[in-house]
Amino acid sequence: MALKHKTPLIDELEKGPWPSFISDIKQVAERKPMCEDLLGVMEQSYMDKEGHWKHGGIVGVLGYGGGVIGRYCDRPDLFPAVAHFHTMRVNQPSSKFYNTDILRKICELWERRGSGLTNMHGSTGDIILLGTTTDELEQVFYELTHNLDMDLGGSGSNLRTPSCCLGKARCEWSCIDTQAITTDLTNEYQDELHRPAFPYKFKFKTSGCPNDCVAAIARADCSIIGTWRDDIRIDQEAVRAYAAGEFAPNGNAHGTGPSALDVQKEVCDLCPTRCIDWDGKNLKIWDENCTRCMHCINVMPRALRPGTDTGATILCGAKAPILEGAQLSSVIIPFIKMEPPYEEFKDFVDKMWDWWMENGKNRERLGEQIQRLGLREFLKALELEPDPRMINTPRYNPYIFYDPADVPGGWEIDGVAFRKRHQA
Amino acid sequence: MAFDPNEPMKDRITDIGPPHYEQFFPPVIKENYGKWKYHEILEPGVLVHVSETGAEVYTVRVGGCRLMSVDIIREICELADKHCDGYVRWTTRNNVEFMVDDKAKLQPLIDDLRSRKFDAGSNKFPIGGTGAGITNIVHTQGWLHCHTPAIDASGIVKSVLDELYDDFCGMRMPAQVRIALACCLNMCGAVHCSDIAILGVHRKPPFIEHDRVGKVCEIPLAIAACPTAAIKPAKEGDLKTVSVKNERCMFCGNCYTMCPAMPLANAEGDGIALWVGGKVSNARSVPAFSKLAVPYIPNEPPRWPTTVKTIKKIVETYASDANRYERVGEWIERIGWEKFFEKTELEFRHEHIDDYRLAMTTWRTTTQFKW
Repeated sequence: MALKHKTPLIDELEKGPWPSFISDIKQVAERKPMCEDLLGVMEQSYMDKEGHWKHGGIVGVLGYGGGVIGRYCDRPDLFPAVAHFHTMRVNQPSSKFYNTDILRKICELWERRGSGLTNMHGSTGDIILLGTTTDELEQVFYELTHNLDMDLGGSGSNLRTPSCCLGKARCEWSCIDTQAITTDLTNEYQDELHRPAFPYKFKFKTSGCPNDCVAAIARADCSIIGTWRDDIRIDQEAVRAYAAGEFAPNGNAHGTGPSALDVQKEVCDLCPTRCIDWDGKNLKIWDENCTRCMHCINVMPRALRPGTDTGATILCGAKAPILEGAQLSSVIIPFIKMEPPYEEFKDFVDKMWDWWMENGKNRERLGEQIQRLGLREFLKALELEPDPRMINTPRYNPYIFYDPADVPGGWEIDGVAFRKRHQA
Repeated sequence: MAFDPNEPMKDRITDIGPPHYEQFFPPVIKENYGKWKYHEILEPGVLVHVSETGAEVYTVRVGGCRLMSVDIIREICELADKHCDGYVRWTTRNNVEFMVDDKAKLQPLIDDLRSRKFDAGSNKFPIGGTGAGITNIVHTQGWLHCHTPAIDASGIVKSVLDELYDDFCGMRMPAQVRIALACCLNMCGAVHCSDIAILGVHRKPPFIEHDRVGKVCEIPLAIAACPTAAIKPAKEGDLKTVSVKNERCMFCGNCYTMCPAMPLANAEGDGIALWVGGKVSNARSVPAFSKLAVPYIPNEPPRWPTTVKTIKKIVETYASDANRYERVGEWIERIGWEKFFEKTELEFRHEHIDDYRLAMTTWRTTTQFKW
């Protein structure tokens, strides 16, 4: 069937081996006018080298202040079927396992009430239902909550949908139960997720180990990253087997198959703290010097495993550049046991949000506020003691904000006595 | 029961959160939760995880487009029903993972995945994205759905991955290479910490629609939105509006986010900047930001040839020069930036020298450098 718009430019994106999203949209365009006009908008953008979607537009479902992104085409005269093309964010199940029953229900709903196009998934982690009209929003929400047991995710100045790596479900390195933590926090903070009351967006991301597969340290205002306090578990026989070439090094990430691992060169010499010795028979790890970077464990997964006294490091403040520049998260709690019902962690969250909401300027992320008011003020609000694990280096400028409480007599000076000692 | 627009609050269900993850676990995952002992990549895109119980789960990872129609999702369902007892999962990087609990079920699944192509010829389910290869490019919406993009997203990703296809399906890199794309400086997604980041940039300051500013914008918010205080209140005749000190503009687009009457997207101004050497993992070296490699490449739809060629050149230089386990940033750290620009034959320009906040922390304050 011939489609409504000629699309010679984007047709070029059907060539080549990687899956073509244009070919995929075309499958649906044969029966969905919205997709037909969407292809037209894309072709127009490829001609103009400019986008054709209008700024914002406040739409949503009753009682929620997020979860729906209003989107309107700026050429409804040419592409009437996508004049309204709103997005709905649907909260994904933690770590994105599905059965085909729920997926088919989502497809059926979105074919009937939307464009039939999705993002699996958006950057934050939600299932993105891409493109529908204003009058369908309540209908979709009703069916999601009644028939699919699903709910909307976050958008705007609220808690964004928390996300995590797949953790203990299929990874041997996960030091914390990432799915359980993420689901618990999502349910605990439904009000914060659905009703914007924050200065700006707030993200939780949870990774099971310092490999950080969900990029928590780069993306989350509060990054929860699994770690351990005791010793790396060693299977000496397996280490010898790696050295002897019985196993594939690095989980066969280099496709070498079983081949001799140069333990000295590829493990000991690449350890950032050089805390590993190998004498050709036994591996000795000086755990007191280990910073738990994961390299040795990554290279010899059959021989080394994280310790068993596990928990998480909590870091805060990561964000992309807008507004004050990109930030990575900084260590706030070096170690916390993350076990249900996570009371200690939630106490921390309450204090963190109170401080942020009390002091935050409009559209100021937590990391920017910490930068503006100082890590010391943040720690004070959290009732946390300073710890050298929170910094790379102590300050190298001498401009210290001393606390009058720490100075005998505070900041009161007896001027008369001073002048008795020193003539003006 | 259906929604009744006359009684919108009737039987309303809210705040139920996501469905519980456990109901979507294949039995082998549920039974071995927290018991996994080790894993190995059998071939690119195919993993085995072995449990303390002796159970094994085989995973086939395929590259997915972030944009998926209900048709392709239904096809994924058909595959999952046929081979995987009706279970499937997505990764953080838009890959799809099919899991089986028996090695005998692996090859039929792989064969089936490999056989499926779109009518125009592209593969529906390329197998790969593991180990020391180039995995799927995470990206934003671009011209397909976003209102602030400087570039497209899906089309550039398609063009780049067509070129790097063999390295998605292979593992010849020194270490894993994570590429990400963001279509403007808002950077939905962690592109700022990627081995290679593709970023949409504007190069023309916003133009001001004086007759609309007062109607569609909160002027104080537009003024406060500017990180360099380039926006001031102004009057045009009787109209309350704003003015922009163009030489202070660093093209972040934040004013446009707050005020739709200050658009800055422009075909001549917009284009792509490339960044290299970021990472999020803590393995060996600490997490790092990506740094500027190429300040500007014009938008070249539909196949974006200069961007594709430049990324290929960076990837090939890295592949031939880095030591095993070295990420792009670790390689550059070892050889030095002067050698990076020499080896990749990328031009070093004034844009590479930081002049924003904390710029001096990026200047060379030692006599140590290489000729």
